[in-house]
Amino acid sequence: MLDDIPEEEYLYKGNTACAGCTAMLALRYILKAAGPNSMIVNPACCSTVCQGPYPKSAYGVPVLNIAFAAAAATADGIASAERNKGKNIIVFAGDGGTVDIGIQALSGAIERNANILYVCYDNEAYSNTGMQKSGSTPKGAITTTTPTGRKDSKKDIDFIVMAHRPVYMATASSAYPKDIYKKVQKALSIEGTKFIHIHCPCPSGWRYPTERSIELGKMAVKTGMWFLYEYEDGKIKLNPPTVAALKKPAPIDDYIKSQGRFKGANIDAIRSEVEEGIARIKEMV
Amino acid sequence: MKKMSTGNQAVALAVKESDVEVVAAYPITPQTEVVETIASMVEKNTMKCAYIRVESEHSALAACIGASASGARAFTATSSHGLLYMHEMIHWAAGARLPIVMANINRAVGPAWNIWAEHTDALSQRDTGWMQFYAATVQEVYDTVLMSYKLAEKVYLPAMVNLDGFILSHSIQPLDITDTGDFIPPIDMPHALNTDDPVTYGNLTTPADYYKFRHMIHTAMQRADKEARSIEKEFAERFGRQYGPVMEYRTDDAEIVILGMGTLARETEVAVDLLRKEGIKAGSIRIRQFRPFPKLDLDGKKVIVFDRDYSFGAGGILAQEIRMRNDVPIYNVIAGLGGQDVSYNTIADIVRKSKDEGEFWLGVD
Ligand code: SF4
Repeated sequence: MLDDIPEEEYLYKGNTACAGCTAMLALRYILKAAGPNSMIVNPACCSTVCQGPYPKSAYGVPVLNIAFAAAAATADGIASAERNKGKNIIVFAGDGGTVDIGIQALSGAIERNANILYVCYDNEAYSNTGMQKSGSTPKGAITTTTPTGRKDSKKDIDFIVMAHRPVYMATASSAYPKDIYKKVQKALSIEGTKFIHIHCPCPSGWRYPTERSIELGKMAVKTGMWFLYEYEDGKIKLNPPTVAALKKPAPIDDYIKSQGRFKGANIDAIRSEVEEGIARIKEMV
Repeated sequence: MKKMSTGNQAVALAVKESDVEVVAAYPITPQTEVVETIASMVEKNTMKCAYIRVESEHSALAACIGASASGARAFTATSSHGLLYMHEMIHWAAGARLPIVMANINRAVGPAWNIWAEHTDALSQRDTGWMQFYAATVQEVYDTVLMSYKLAEKVYLPAMVNLDGFILSHSIQPLDITDTGDFIPPIDMPHALNTDDPVTYGNLTTPADYYKFRHMIHTAMQRADKEARSIEKEFAERFGRQYGPVMEYRTDDAEIVILGMGTLARETEVAVDLLRKEGIKAGSIRIRQFRPFPKLDLDGKKVIVFDRDYSFGAGGILAQEIRMRNDVPIYNVIAGLGGQDVSYNTIADIVRKSKDEGEFWLGVD
């Protein structure tokens, strides 16, 4: 199934991610799609640590690590320099650096149509600092700053990004790497600001056994907890398996029950949140 | 070519003359004329550079950091709260050893809102690893920007060129914008991001290596002090204008020396002439290079330091810097805060009434 994806690896073995980390899986396919003519801008997040400590690096392309709120602007600075024309300038940022602290720089960069690809890998919390609530944490999830489960609803960065009318925007899931590969390739063929939001289950923070990462990622899509779609020319196009999932979503119960972070959560409240989300995205299509 | 120019326009013209590749900036009073002048030159095609109209000062310096890290010459300008909003990236630029040059139009910090000159904004960035220069004339603003690029790219440290809000930023004076030829060589940064040789910058570093990096910034600062002298010498030989870490006026036989920075310290030169007529042997020392801080010879002299800044709970910042290195009593005058007008007459009067030691707040004491 993945045979047309290059064998070259730009994310090396021995990186310091947790076992079962799907953010690294996503990065692996992003780099395969982008190739060696790329540079990564990395705000504070798990990915900073996953490179491994100086002087080693597990990333096969140049990386500029930068302060939390600065990623999109820094990438724009690189992309604007004449000497970097033709290079893929990619931000690889977590949900904290995107949905919360980095949103201003991201908003500015999209407004200017900076020639960058901004990838948000979303593990639905500040996992690098030990799992605190981020703007992306779903309702009901336990984090160290929402110890009895999040009471309010998550911030929908995709709708915020789409309101900027970017040249290309897509959601993806680390459980569907071929989809990531295709979307990154497509994004990099377009001039301007591209945004790809990748759902990345995190065994350490979500509290599930490492071998279930892919299974949980798929479940999130099939239950309608996460959608796969692309936004271009003002229109949303759903991708499989979201097309089928929206017709007949799988029950969320197994997804919720298999994660420690939803322990004691009110499943009915989460279900109605998911139903609302499904209704909203259906209206957009 | 000679023309009339404001301090702000001189900044913009020097940036053009320095062949800057990327400018990223956010407007703030009294800096706005810098970014407007650059925008206008870029749009009229008289200056070739990428101009990024960022949404904040934090992003302005972040964009410069990106550009500079990839090996491009970068510039930004700011003032007061803009500079403070950049603070995180100010540290980052120096820590990453990026030769960015920025103009800071010195302005007071709120509350209350005050748009006039004061040095507290720049001095609060003292410990970030940036070189700091304070200009006092429109020509000096222009020349200092040029020399700063050459110096920054020699030692891989960023440089901040300071000019007093309105007093200098909006003053119109004659400006010589002679073509500087090959004075600033093309930038060639060994640690530029390079897809042929992928490495990571700024990731996790253990205490032992981090320690070494910090020490390297320290030695680069020491090197900068020497390099600045040879750049000033070359500048003088080529263009006939001589600068130093301090600009002295009638200090040879002076019994009283008045120290300060920026335009206020130019005003002291006029005060010195006035005092000399009365038989008072006064001289003036204007600190032009605040970081790295210059060596001063003050032994046996009565020392009066004017601070257009203050460190609450401690005293005038310039006075403290001098005290730390010189075992001399200092009469510390706090004057000019928030744009308070300080004329040469006022300065002369303060000197006449000065004590050997102590602190005096103009307009309060
Ligand atoms: S905390 Fe989660 S996202 Fe971070 S490295 Fe570990 S598994 Fe990956």
